[in-house]
Amino acid sequence: MTAPLLDRSAAAASDASPAVAAPAATSPRIIAGRPALLEDKSTHYCPGCGHGVIHRLLAELLGELGVAERTIAVAPVGCSVFAYDYIDVDWVESPHGRAPAVATGIRRVRPEAFVLMYQGDGDLAAIGTGEIVHAAARGERITAVFVNNGIYGMTGGQMAPTTLLGQKTTSSPIGRDERLMGDPIPITEMLAVLPTVAYAARGTLADAASIGRLKAMLRRAMEIQVRDAGFAIVEVLSNCPVGWGMTAQESIDHLTVVAETYPVGVLVDRLKAAAAAAPAASVPAAAPPKPSPAGSTESPEA
Amino acid sequence: MTATRPTDPGAEPPSGPGPAPLQAPPKAPERILMKGNEAIAEAAIQAGCDAYFGYPITPQAEILEWMARRMPELGRVFVQAESELGAINMALGAAATGARVLVSSSSPGTSLMAEGMSYMAGSEVPMVFVDIMRGGPGLGSIGPSQGDYFQMVKGHGHGDYRTPVLAPSSIAEAIDLVADAYEIAERYRTPVVILADGTLGQAMEPVVPAYRMPPRPAFDWAVGGAGAAGRRPRVVRSLHLKPEDLEAHNEHLQAKYRAIEAAEVRWTGELLQDAELVIVAYGTAARVARTAIRQARKGGLRAGLFRPISLWPFPSAALAELATRARGILTVELSAGQMVEDVRLAVEGRAPVAFHGRTGGMVPTPDEVLAALRHLWAITPPRSREEVTGERPPRRTARSVPLEDLEPPARQVRTAQTAAPDVDEPALQEVWR
Repeated sequence: MTAPLLDRSAAAASDASPAVAAPAATSPRIIAGRPALLEDKSTHYCPGCGHGVIHRLLAELLGELGVAERTIAVAPVGCSVFAYDYIDVDWVESPHGRAPAVATGIRRVRPEAFVLMYQGDGDLAAIGTGEIVHAAARGERITAVFVNNGIYGMTGGQMAPTTLLGQKTTSSPIGRDERLMGDPIPITEMLAVLPTVAYAARGTLADAASIGRLKAMLRRAMEIQVRDAGFAIVEVLSNCPVGWGMTAQESIDHLTVVAETYPVGVLVDRLKAAAAAAPAASVPAAAPPKPSPAGSTESPEA
Repeated sequence: MTATRPTDPGAEPPSGPGPAPLQAPPKAPERILMKGNEAIAEAAIQAGCDAYFGYPITPQAEILEWMARRMPELGRVFVQAESELGAINMALGAAATGARVLVSSSSPGTSLMAEGMSYMAGSEVPMVFVDIMRGGPGLGSIGPSQGDYFQMVKGHGHGDYRTPVLAPSSIAEAIDLVADAYEIAERYRTPVVILADGTLGQAMEPVVPAYRMPPRPAFDWAVGGAGAAGRRPRVVRSLHLKPEDLEAHNEHLQAKYRAIEAAEVRWTGELLQDAELVIVAYGTAARVARTAIRQARKGGLRAGLFRPISLWPFPSAALAELATRARGILTVELSAGQMVEDVRLAVEGRAPVAFHGRTGGMVPTPDEVLAALRHLWAITPPRSREEVTGERPPRRTARSVPLEDLEPPARQVRTAQTAAPDVDEPALQEVWR
């Protein structure tokens, strides 16, 4: 690691104003800069790749929420394994797909930590399906960032469980055929039905306004953990220009097509729902229907 | 192994050098009946285990159940994972923060944990891992076995790495070794395996538990925790994409393994002083061997037991030294022959090495082992007095013993046992002279 010794306690303050040298009075006003937690180095990501934008948002938010010093992040296997080279917090590198288990172990022995998990779609929605479902079902206090670019980028652009129908990849050369290769998995929707999932949302990198909304989603998912409310996940529709065989701009434009399969928006926010339901809670609610005893053959009509 | 340490599980051990603080005199040690699995679990708790992660599998489920009850009582962490993959990776995460972690499983489960073990070895995360072996391959059986020797001793997962493996032969020794395992794990930043067969996990024995809590070293590598402010970010990882970097990392690991080989070899012997035949066995097999050796000595056959406690590092030097004097060496295992390969590598032809093993949950009987000893005696030439006393350099090859003769046909051995429990004694006496 060549990371400079950082006074990370200053990260929150420096994020409010840009982390660059104060401009001379005659210079134009600088309204944006590199977040203090983001390493000042070239990344290994391909030109136009979405990981850089997501890294930046996370570096901004870890600083803005003031949790950087107690953050332990979990890196996945895939292109973003090197996230630990770019965001200046403590990291543990996980085997492929096992990040939710690694994060669970950290969370359980370090209740004071802020646990951030970063996974791609091959990692989270294929090999790590068991781990993500059960971490979510246990309601682990973890913030999961799920980067869905519909492809295995690092290994050369193979089909992922999230690959769109008809999409050509190096392992679906004539396009994804539903009958042979199954349907794209809407795993965030699947997780959102669990009562222990306090927050589930899907954002996109399609344009600047969407990135702003995505940042709000990520902030909410982090607040959920700070408030000890449960498991939180944000899926990010991201691009892979090289894997998709597109220019950077084409791949960003294509995110609109991706969003037809994966609709963007907040799927569940139980904290907000609970707050909204709070005034109504003073009114006695109707008793829930009693479940019929298991194995009962008695029908209501009988 | 000694069991004379004062039993005071509640006391915090003194940290660092200096005189131990004054303590109340230890209570008279109490002799209690304990099941192997439960003894291992409690020994880990008393050794300061902060977190346990597991998944149910026979014959080690009692470890999980004991932890499920005890860890929450003590305000510590217990998680029943969704799979062995989940359990070992939870252990990776928890141990990366410097917590003392225990993971346990049995053979089919440990196969699933191989990935995590390789990552933990690569990222140098200490942990204690218990494998209560059952019959294999595949789903196999739930009977006792030593069929995971290759898996645990030769690396478990992918890549160039080693894991210290400690093999208890009794429940009291298992208790001792759990504390030792944490010490080795933290001293060398490595997973350490406690390897025992299903018999040791399931059997009950009277023990005077000698629990021990090793002092907690300060870790300068663990993530999170106090003191994160103002220091460089830490990364616990096994990825080194540049070949130069990964080679340097591997050289560092190998240097560490050489240090472990130099400092952590453990073995014990019985009746080796005048032994002409040496049985090499660990775990439950060593206990069967002990009975067979007693019987052999009654018949005038001078046999002794060499029992490796650390399977890696294997006590090769000590065994090689013994082999210069022994007339023959018999390896006994609850397997089709796994440790015997390390025995042969250690002996390097200094003495003939024979093997007797049972598989599938079957345990060799003392009579079988005795018959194998007698067979070995019958087919090996005696050592000269000069060889035994060291007046003449020992011969280096197993001369005049064809290799196939060293494997007593199992069927024949068992027939001898069932047909004639004590084989032709006068004839054997003749051979011994």
